Amino acid sequence: MKSVDYELVIIGGGPAGLTAGLYAARGGLNVILIEKIVPGGQVMISDWIENYPGFPEGLSGPDLVQKMTEQVKRFDLNIENNEVVSVDFSEPVKQITLNDKTITSHTIIIATGASPKKLGVPGEDIFYGKGISSCATCDGPFFKDSVVAAVGGGDTAVQESLFLTKFVKKVYLIHRRDKLRAAAILQKRALANEKIEMIWDSVLTDISGLTTVENITVQNVKTGDKTQLSVDGCFVWVGTIPNTQFLANSVKLDEHGFIIAGLDAETSVPGVFAAGDVRNTPLRQIATAVGDGAIAAISAENYIENVKK
Amino acid sequence: MAKGIMEIADSSFDEEVLRSEKPVLVDFWAPWCGPCRAIEPLVEELAETFGDKFKFTRCNVDENPVTPTKFGIKSIPTLIFFKEGKVLDKIVGIVPKSKLEEIITKV
Repeated sequence: MKSVDYELVIIGGGPAGLTAGLYAARGGLNVILIEKIVPGGQVMISDWIENYPGFPEGLSGPDLVQKMTEQVKRFDLNIENNEVVSVDFSEPVKQITLNDKTITSHTIIIATGASPKKLGVPGEDIFYGKGISSCATCDGPFFKDSVVAAVGGGDTAVQESLFLTKFVKKVYLIHRRDKLRAAAILQKRALANEKIEMIWDSVLTDISGLTTVENITVQNVKTGDKTQLSVDGCFVWVGTIPNTQFLANSVKLDEHGFIIAGLDAETSVPGVFAAGDVRNTPLRQIATAVGDGAIAAISAENYIENVKK
Repeated sequence: MAKGIMEIADSSFDEEVLRSEKPVLVDFWAPWCGPCRAIEPLVEELAETFGDKFKFTRCNVDENPVTPTKFGIKSIPTLIFFKEGKVLDKIVGIVPKSKLEEIITKV
């Protein structure tokens, strides 16, 4: 085996990366996990999690992250706060360029997750942090007794809109279809909540204001009619985009930029695996990310065994 | 209290931030904000590295409503970099430590 810095490099410290790290560290591999900000990923901004088993009362995102981090630390997983700038997977010994150095390994797990997608409408960038947000737990309390808009119809949009009702006077939940995509129990809660007013079949087309968000324009996709609404804030939960820019096509991606990986988590490059929200998958949840992380770690371990032979 | 980081209140803001001789970083946070707790260790590390040239402070937006309103803060964590009483840069949300180091070095 050619000399490399690590047997395994895991990129990303959300639930997928932490689980892969747990398996690899527990399996005694010489492994490093690179995390660009802090471990936890999108879970860090989740208000309340009640569909991850083992916590019958549910728990907050940051609390779950803390538990996962404690668990990997018990097995001395090496976590480095650094950012992957670029990768070179053209040789069997792969190179990963970080902010201040380049490290090498035969085996990589990419678990860089996804980030909240933007709407791409006028005013969005100007008012980011001035009334536009994707984090209800961070910013909900700023909108006490206010009127806010929320855009989306999936689990995140509905769950977080429900959370906002603890603070705000009213939430306009704007959804482009005539029914929600969220889990039935969340739909039921949202439709029964007096503070949530559904705006069906509609998209947000414009955000305006003086120094903070004051008005939004909503367009009905069936009739084309435009309506202006006065709001103090606007929360955007319209899905995610994968964090794959740093890969620069060194592995195959699908048309939306997610990594194409097989059942064993292997990508188009032997020895490079993908786990969690960053890969092509029918479901993006903490539970699925954790499962992916375990599969990727075991596949990586098998790959390392073969390299040694 | 976080290591090497001064707590700033509405009442002490002008004195400790606007009239500070050193440039100042103010981390606007609240106990209920998960990402705020997440970046705290990063700010502590920065305070350790750059503490002699830069003043590191934080402001609890729950207890001090005036200052965040003055700077139009509707999202936390927000980090604002001040020099000689003026806002030099503003970061909303969590960012890599390298990004913060870049700004501090520039200032």
